[in-house]
Amino acid sequence: MSKIILEMRNITKTFPGVKALDNVNLKVREGEIHALVGENGAGKSTLMKVLSGVYPYGTYTGEILFKGKKCEFKDIKQSESLGIVIIHQELALIPYLSIAENIFLGNERAKNGIIDWNETIVKTRELLKKVGLDESPNTLITEIGVGKQQLVEIAKALSKKVQLLILDEPTAALNEDDSENLLNLLLEFKKQGISSILISHKLNEVSKVADSITILRDGATIETLSVEEDNITEDRIIKGMVGRDLVDRFPKRKPNIGEVIFEVKNWNVYHPLHAERKVVDNVSFEIRRGEIVGIAGLMGSGRTELAMSIFGRSYGIKISGQIFKNGKEIFPTNVRKAIAYGIAYVTENRKEYGLILIDDIKKNTTIASLDKVSDGLIINENKEVVEVEKFRKKLNIKCSSILQKTMNLSGGNQQKVVLSKWIFTNPDILILDEPTRGIDVGAKYEIYNIINQLASEGKGILLISSELPEVLGMCDRIYVMSEGRITGQLSREEASQERIMKYVINNEGVKR
Amino acid sequence: MKTLRTIVRNNIRQYGMVIALVSIMLLFQILSGGILLKPLNITNLILQNSYILVLAVGMLLVIVAGHIDLSVGSVAAFIGAVAAIFMINMKMPFIAAMVLSLIIGGLIGAWQGFWIAYIRIPAFIVTLGGMLIFRGLTMIVLKGTSLAPFPTAFTKISSGFIPDLFNNQQYHIITILIGIILSVVYIISELRGRKTKLKYEFEVLPMKFLIVKMVIIVAAINAFCIILAGYKGIPNVLILLSLLIAIYAFITIKTVAGRHIYALGGNEKAAQLSGVMAQRVLFWVFVNMGVLSALCGLVFAARLNAATPKAGNGFELDAIAACYIGGASASGGIGTVIGAIIGGLVMGVMNNGMSLIGLGVDWQQAIKGIVLLYAVAFDIYTKSKSA
Repeated sequence: MSKIILEMRNITKTFPGVKALDNVNLKVREGEIHALVGENGAGKSTLMKVLSGVYPYGTYTGEILFKGKKCEFKDIKQSESLGIVIIHQELALIPYLSIAENIFLGNERAKNGIIDWNETIVKTRELLKKVGLDESPNTLITEIGVGKQQLVEIAKALSKKVQLLILDEPTAALNEDDSENLLNLLLEFKKQGISSILISHKLNEVSKVADSITILRDGATIETLSVEEDNITEDRIIKGMVGRDLVDRFPKRKPNIGEVIFEVKNWNVYHPLHAERKVVDNVSFEIRRGEIVGIAGLMGSGRTELAMSIFGRSYGIKISGQIFKNGKEIFPTNVRKAIAYGIAYVTENRKEYGLILIDDIKKNTTIASLDKVSDGLIINENKEVVEVEKFRKKLNIKCSSILQKTMNLSGGNQQKVVLSKWIFTNPDILILDEPTRGIDVGAKYEIYNIINQLASEGKGILLISSELPEVLGMCDRIYVMSEGRITGQLSREEASQERIMKYVINNEGVKR
Repeated sequence: MKTLRTIVRNNIRQYGMVIALVSIMLLFQILSGGILLKPLNITNLILQNSYILVLAVGMLLVIVAGHIDLSVGSVAAFIGAVAAIFMINMKMPFIAAMVLSLIIGGLIGAWQGFWIAYIRIPAFIVTLGGMLIFRGLTMIVLKGTSLAPFPTAFTKISSGFIPDLFNNQQYHIITILIGIILSVVYIISELRGRKTKLKYEFEVLPMKFLIVKMVIIVAAINAFCIILAGYKGIPNVLILLSLLIAIYAFITIKTVAGRHIYALGGNEKAAQLSGVMAQRVLFWVFVNMGVLSALCGLVFAARLNAATPKAGNGFELDAIAACYIGGASASGGIGTVIGAIIGGLVMGVMNNGMSLIGLGVDWQQAIKGIVLLYAVAFDIYTKSKSA
């Protein structure tokens, strides 16, 4: 038994309105690969941000012990000086600088502010050799692929005398060979005594390299499994990740499902920048009147891209396929047309894409259907206030007045404003993309009630969510998406978390 | 007392600008020994700043949409030159020449709007290019020299006054009458607005505050008109300017198009996903800027009674500064037409006042720069406090 290098004790971190971490404990031994798993939003990334000082000491409670010493990091620099280095999901490399410049960025080999390029190049070569990357130190980052960029990040970490390496979803964007390489590198580091924390959704990788596995769920530590002692299977991990109480978290509803009102056939979308990359691959689905249809899958599986490309071609290029509403083909080629056809899309990221934060509740609510409160081209502000007040009361938006700026609202109330905006357009089909992300439990329940209400009014709902319990608790039918394809379809009766997870993870061989 | 405080706090930024303008005027009134508010000087103040204020109105829309236009000074000069060719060389009737000039201004705006909205080249670069292109074209059209004089009817736009039917020796009676009519119209509209609000059961200003507000505004309108009446009455260009302000204030506050411009500047992506045709809106904002630049060019040429290659130098910076001093946000989505006008007047009064007390152009420049910086810093400070 080696000693413990890192211990995080009773870490609690709250954001306005949400408890992201609740008394989380984590122990990492020296020279081990420790996997951190959990669903999206379980708190993995937040925990690592606490550890690395992105959230400075004082903004959370609990303590961090590194090599037995108490740490109070104020920023990333301090944690890095002790050898704790984090590599984020989105790589933090500067595209138009060379490999060498990136590796020593902020840590330049310099005397009196003048960079010693010879030393920089020599050191870079050494580091590149260690990570097995055969590139010139002068190559620009843009010229190498994502897999190699990942290695540059690791080389950068090594240059900081890393003792504990944290990798957040390192293989999410890599192909199989590159992933394999990376995992072997971690095993190599382990031999040299470097500990790693590996955050990953790919359970096959986790069970391959990890020595211990800590499972987080809803911001709390569920358990830590040890490879030596426990008999770990993927099913065992999934059970830990998802096994939770479903009682009463979702309001009851009696579905009243009618005929098909919305149908998408053979939908294909390509990436706007990488024209050869297919983001949505031959997707077909249908929604019936009064039905709540779920799309489950991980982030990046193409769900948002699917929704946005349907909603007025707001994403992607070379879009092909057909859309039918009430059996007639429609062509929602821009957002305004999509709205006119009765389609509404509640975006995934409400702050960036859903709201105009510097504007008030009133203006945000009416922006998508100003014609409903205008006489010709002139806005009737009195009518506008009356309409928005109705929504404030109906959806129970907590605010000082409808003239309050939306940036000062809590997440739940912001989401209610977005929902008001779209309900006001009087749509027949609502696409809801992660409608309850970052919202506390109470507000979630209110939003579920609103969704149920809309369905009972005969609208068709498409609910995109990474939270499996939400999908299971709300939906009448569930499609599972993985890597741009629909890999499975489950009815409410068939569906279970384990089944969905299997479709998500083993996407080969289950195509329908 | 609590209501008064909340009223003041909710409107501090609007009132703050007015208070700043009034205090600057009082300061220079005292420093200049009472010259600033003399009828002749007030008239001059309006004539001197009219063309910048025309630009500021257009610039405000551009800035609210989240962009900038550096080319307006050059475009104004170019239009002045083109108008001179039409009227002086080609002997075209001045109305036709003006209409044609405004259309050319719109086309220039469309040209720049095309690159900015549809090709998505940053407005800073497109209009920096425009600044050079149209300055160059001005010199080419004018062959490097000035063209003068314009027909008298045309110059009346900037140097003429509304006619007086009463022939009073001391006061321009029509001007005073207009002041009274405006006061009545204002009071009626204020009371009617209050009535509809009460009908919808909205909160309204308590009656006593409303009366105080109305008294202050009526006094200001009439004092202003009486001062103007003491010289030659209301300048023609003030009528033009008032119409522009009224129209654009209405568009920005009351119309769907105005709402779309603010939404676009506040969060382009969110606006687009709510059905705002972002590219089209942005294109038309620049077309509008082109037309107003052309109008500015005409007003300036009429005032100078000549088209010169150097016309409009630095106008763009004055117009932009007016918007920022008037509370517009550099990141878009925030700003008002009235604010931009007040910002422009702050700059104008400072120019005028400093000249009156004999400060050189060198000091004027430096002091204006500092005022701009402090105005925006104050704005950011109050915003961060309220957030």
